[in-house]
Amino acid sequence: MIKALHLVKRFRDRKRGTVCAVNGVSFSCMPGEIYGLLGANGAGKTTTLRMLATILAPTEGTAIVAGFDVSKDPQLVRSHVGFLSTATALYGRLSAQEMVEYFGRLHGLDEPTLKRRIDEIFTRLEMTGFRDRRCDKLSTGMKQKVSIARTLVHDPSVMIFDEPTVGLDVMTARTIVGFIRECRDNGKTVVFSTHVMSEVEKLCDHIGIIHDGKLLTEGTLPELRARFGIHDLEELFVKVVEP
Amino acid sequence: MSLRNVGIVYRKELIDSLRDRRTVISMIVVPLLVMPLLTIGMGILSVTLVGMAMKEIPQVMILGGRDSPNVIAQLKQVKDLRIVPARPDFADEISNKQIRAAVEIPPGFEAKVAAGESSTVNIYMYAGELKSGFGAERLQRFFRELRDRTVREHLEARHLPESLTRPFDIEEKNVAPPEKVGGAILGGLVPYFVILLCLTGAMYPAMDLTAGEKERGTMETILCSPVSRTHLVFGKFLMVLTASIATAVLAITAMAFSFGAGKRMLLGLTNGATDAALQVTITGKAIVSIFFVVMPLAVFFSAALLALSLFAKSFKEAQSYISPLMIVVVLPAVAAVLPGVELNPALALVPVLNTSLVSKEIITGTYHWDLIALIFLSSSVYAGVALAIAVKLFQREDVLFRT
Repeated sequence: MIKALHLVKRFRDRKRGTVCAVNGVSFSCMPGEIYGLLGANGAGKTTTLRMLATILAPTEGTAIVAGFDVSKDPQLVRSHVGFLSTATALYGRLSAQEMVEYFGRLHGLDEPTLKRRIDEIFTRLEMTGFRDRRCDKLSTGMKQKVSIARTLVHDPSVMIFDEPTVGLDVMTARTIVGFIRECRDNGKTVVFSTHVMSEVEKLCDHIGIIHDGKLLTEGTLPELRARFGIHDLEELFVKVVEP
Repeated sequence: MSLRNVGIVYRKELIDSLRDRRTVISMIVVPLLVMPLLTIGMGILSVTLVGMAMKEIPQVMILGGRDSPNVIAQLKQVKDLRIVPARPDFADEISNKQIRAAVEIPPGFEAKVAAGESSTVNIYMYAGELKSGFGAERLQRFFRELRDRTVREHLEARHLPESLTRPFDIEEKNVAPPEKVGGAILGGLVPYFVILLCLTGAMYPAMDLTAGEKERGTMETILCSPVSRTHLVFGKFLMVLTASIATAVLAITAMAFSFGAGKRMLLGLTNGATDAALQVTITGKAIVSIFFVVMPLAVFFSAALLALSLFAKSFKEAQSYISPLMIVVVLPAVAAVLPGVELNPALALVPVLNTSLVSKEIITGTYHWDLIALIFLSSSVYAGVALAIAVKLFQREDVLFRT
């Protein structure tokens, strides 16, 4: 599970001075659930998810991810998390298999387990046809599959997706959406950020609307609709974020 | 520290880098080509050019001398000089390389010589121009011989011995073995190239493994794996060090082989003339010693380059940071070649210059073990500091996620 406890992240910017990108965000997500962080660009989604994945350290507050504190045991958190975003690119000069093997080894898998996991994942994601092809020679869809395989190789209990479908064509985006749903069905804790309303409606069990670094409201989709008396999610979102 | 994780990162970076054309060129191709080109290519080129210049019969001009017909007749008979008619713009013609030199015979030269009066012959040439120098040298030789002949005739006419004008001789005797004389010439040049190649070998991998990763978006991918940032930087550092050492080893090896081959070829070209530089033999002991002193410098370069290029957002930005570093390295490396700069305990603490100076001494067969130990120690300290900075920078979010 994930439990974000008053997460705060401040950056020092040469032009703007101290910037508070995330300001006291708290939420929780249980295994077998998808929590969607909905927000405009610059709302603080990526920074929140990077703190959950321990890529960034919180300035204040903390989070418990898969039973470990992100501030105290970042390495243990990372061993139980799969993190996927459009910013997590592949090593172009490695083959698809080498890429996944590299991350499997870094996650401490022994060679027989690693081989078994790779065979399983490559078969399930239909990647065997291009396993030895270099990543920079793969199509966008193939690359996304390699990224998915990379996040799954250590069988994490928590999955974090940061705007995973941005810039992807419809077919590739559908693969990702299907994969997120599959993660939930397999009992994993899933948090993902997006600004695409249709994805939120399709996938999320819980929704948190984030704006200017603050979590303005959260709940299930029916709860939010009832709370604001608006059915259309886009309209609802605008009502929440506009002063 | 988990050596397993460092090893995994190192192995991946090695595979990745060996598939990068730029790294392979800087790590393998450049050292294997530069040294043979430097020793064999440049050697052959210079010997050939000097040979060609010497074979040319220089065109020279005689200015004045109408009242000295015998001297002019003798000059015209000199086989390796071609006399051209005198013109007032002789200086321009020398500058434009139409003629190589000119000689000005003063009025009444022959009469004055016969009377035993002093007079001056002026030879005009373009200083620093090889062929002009050869032309002037031949004119000088002619007039030197004429002067000696005249002195002899004057002495004979007065029944005086020839030794009167040369009561004693002065001769310089060299106590330095020929290889040391050659080593002093070559010794400064070789470490300069080894140090420079050591730096260039580390340059591309350092930029690729840091700024390159940021640019390609793989930095975030690796940061979400459980490997600690210290292990990550050590794995990357080992790869950069491998490239640096591989470049240095290949450069030293290529240098030793090509120097041996070049020496044989040059001795053939110069018909066995033993120039001091050709007396140098780079021994196995010297190669091992140079490698030993260059090693901490390679560690220093690798860590410093890694730290510096981590600051950059892109490969291009990293290049703009690192290019000035080339000058910072080249200056002390070149300073070692300057005459009079000798290794002492103070200079043994100056990075790069110390390695350059000690390598120069090693090539000439001089081993100051106390200074070598001091250099190894000081270079190791600098390397350790640079590595600590690199590790520290890898912990900083504002550096890793600089946009």
